[in-house]
Amino acid sequence: MATKKFMYVNRRAPYGTIYAWEALEVVLIGAAFEQDVSLAFVDDGVFQLMKGQDTSGIDMKNFSPTYSALGDYEVTKIYVEKESLEERGLTLDDLQHLVWEDEDDDWAEKDSIRLVSRAELAEVFAGQDVMFNF
Amino acid sequence: MSILHIVNKSPYERNSVERAVEYLRDGDRLLLIEDAVYAVIRGGKAASLIDGRNAAVLGPDLAARGIAEEKMIDGIEVVDYAGFVDLVEACDKTQSWL
Amino acid sequence: MKLTIQVNEGPYQHQASDSAYHFTKAALEKGHEVFRVFFYHDGVNNGTRLTTPPQDDRNIVARWSELAEQHDLDLVICVAAAQRRGIVDDGEAERNGKDATNIAPGFRISGLGQLIEGGIQSDRLVVFGD
Repeated sequence: MATKKFMYVNRRAPYGTIYAWEALEVVLIGAAFEQDVSLAFVDDGVFQLMKGQDTSGIDMKNFSPTYSALGDYEVTKIYVEKESLEERGLTLDDLQHLVWEDEDDDWAEKDSIRLVSRAELAEVFAGQDVMFNF
Repeated sequence: MSILHIVNKSPYERNSVERAVEYLRDGDRLLLIEDAVYAVIRGGKAASLIDGRNAAVLGPDLAARGIAEEKMIDGIEVVDYAGFVDLVEACDKTQSWL
Repeated sequence: MKLTIQVNEGPYQHQASDSAYHFTKAALEKGHEVFRVFFYHDGVNNGTRLTTPPQDDRNIVARWSELAEQHDLDLVICVAAAQRRGIVDDGEAERNGKDATNIAPGFRISGLGQLIEGGIQSDRLVVFGD
């Protein structure tokens, strides 16, 4: 069966609810199925990628380091919606620097995050086969 | 490839209707279910978001909430669950704006 | 058309499971194939046979079980989400040393891969949630 284009759409902030964490669990398991995977962070979903998360005071698992491992799972297309980021007073510098190593380019380190406008992301959505929502 | 955008949240509580509309492209459809059906009320602030967008609304959810057809803005297609299934089939994929 | 349905919320608290049920039933009545219904997040709570709704209310869990029996539906509860929330079948009880099970008829507990497989095998994935 041909590879499908999977888009995981993340619109929830972490910790307040479990959606972000359990969505990430799906992405990690899904990576084994070798589909063409993308992630999108829209609305409060952009908060998932914030740097410097420290959950020691709330006794919850800090799952934010997992995002930086996505490159090892060959999840290399991470779309962040520019408008959502800006509306929340953030810039790319506030987010983790996510990279992947391109084996076809002498293992060069490349950025995983693609900052795109709402209109550009709508176009990316149009090209997908399956949208996962949490 | 066309998307059926499904929204289930009241536009007076969350931004899902607004966001779904912003992601609508030519050939896409918008379906309002559950609390999102409140967006169709004529004179409501949210109605302007969906006006002229070829939106569909789930009839059983409208009826449950006491929204009579004459309270609706014009140009909204009312579907039952079978019609919901038809919309899913007519579009290439679905996006639920949860 | 071949469908996978995903349910992200538990019964009664949200309308998601009701909407998913009516949608699934309508799809089956129109002759479509439902490849799988996958219960995730608090949606796993749709699979406990221990619910006792008032007699004048719908029985959401029993309704799913009956639909599964009539149409040979594959109702899958995510194992990771189920373990967190205490939905237990015989296998899980044995593996995790639990003294009881609560899974409802027609449901089975399995991995997240079942959702991914649904996405691969089906023509459409339709998600119901909060």
